[in-house]
Amino acid sequence: MLRAFYHVLLRDLRLALRSRHELLNPLIFFVLVVSLFPLAVTPSETQLQQMAPGVIWVSALLSVLLSLDRLFKQDYEDGSLDQLMLSPNPLVILVLAKVCAHWLLTGLPLVLIAPLLAVFMSVPDAALPALLYSLLLGTPVLSLIGAIGVSLTVAVNRGGVLLSLIVLPLYIPVLIFGANAIDVASDGMSVRGQLLFLGAVLALAVSLAPIATAVALRITASR
Amino acid sequence: MFRAIWAWIQKFSSPKYFFEMSARLIPWFAIPAALVGAYGLYLGLFVAPTDYQQGESYRIIFIHVPAAWMSLFIYVVMAVSAAIGLIWQIRLADMIAAASAPIGASFTFLALVTGSLWGKPMWGTYWVWDARLTSELILLFLYFGYMALQSAIEDQRTADKASGLLAIVGVVNIPIIHYSVEWWNTLHQGATVAKLDKPSIDISMLIPLLLMALAFKLFYAAVVLVRARNEVLLRDRSRRWVRELIEKL
Repeated sequence: MLRAFYHVLLRDLRLALRSRHELLNPLIFFVLVVSLFPLAVTPSETQLQQMAPGVIWVSALLSVLLSLDRLFKQDYEDGSLDQLMLSPNPLVILVLAKVCAHWLLTGLPLVLIAPLLAVFMSVPDAALPALLYSLLLGTPVLSLIGAIGVSLTVAVNRGGVLLSLIVLPLYIPVLIFGANAIDVASDGMSVRGQLLFLGAVLALAVSLAPIATAVALRITASR
Repeated sequence: MFRAIWAWIQKFSSPKYFFEMSARLIPWFAIPAALVGAYGLYLGLFVAPTDYQQGESYRIIFIHVPAAWMSLFIYVVMAVSAAIGLIWQIRLADMIAAASAPIGASFTFLALVTGSLWGKPMWGTYWVWDARLTSELILLFLYFGYMALQSAIEDQRTADKASGLLAIVGVVNIPIIHYSVEWWNTLHQGATVAKLDKPSIDISMLIPLLLMALAFKLFYAAVVLVRARNEVLLRDRSRRWVRELIEKL
């Protein structure tokens, strides 16, 4: 079972690393969207600082949302998803491996580039750990919940808007606590509560979302 | 014993049987809904005393609060029947879930509109990002997602299963969303009925409120049966019993 997990994980990573530009796109999108806000609203430092948590988190949400397609779309089209479902290994484990790969390829880069955006949005240094930890705990949840949405819509023609309609409301708790953690840290207060909440949501998502995704994939495959 | 129950469930849940039964059931819900609703509105609008703080405008709660209760209640009904449909492959349960969604969305919309109409004289603005209004708005989005998925998938069986799963995921998420929004911001007045020890609402206002809640429940039962009948006809349109039914007309 563990071997199957690693196998799927490595396969997805290898596939993604062979088309590097595709890997970079969500990341560039993330930076681009964040840098639109100073242009659209104001370059004033204090105001940027005020809206930084929300802007960074909403952009992260959208960036993950756009990259969700990658999770199952290609596998669905070339039939390897059916092969995965036929394998004797539990589908939940394979789904978890695919989600892990997705997070390593999209969520983790967002976390790594976040300090740059903190500079763009003049986030105070004191809030930088909160920004990184909240993204580190929050982005896996986005991949996990997103996987349910993608597996339900992967067979729908032009399912992109539909996917965001389904998934975005479910992202709201992560958005609230993620942005709030940065906000509170900017004021120099403890973010323990927010991070614990994000951790709890992550634990819940890791244990339940792969099951829902596996069921959803079987429903999609049955058509 | 179990076999007898299972046989009974299968008999009752066959679309044809449901179609015949529901025709007889609907008046039993619709007429009490109208009567209880009329009496509740009369008590609420004419008999209940004027609020010492909010004046007459508080009377909108006799619509607003029951509608908000219904919005959540219907989502739970939808998720439970979707789960029954998914687990035991009972088509009727899927149809009930599909028939419930637009009704639930309408109640959610009604709760939002009445809430913002009440907010204008009370808060001085139609919309405040208050915790419970916001949760209600998110609930409306969840309903929209369900209905969008339901209508996006061509094959009816797959559509039922996929949107059913989404409803179940949604119902797991609703408490999380609710409490995170609650925690995020609140200036809504506290719950006044659910407090078990002593409700902080006067009995002369509580009775019309509960009557309206009952009327809305009955109304929902009647409307969901009507809508489910339509779903039955639509989905079974190529089956023999529906054709025979149509030929008889």
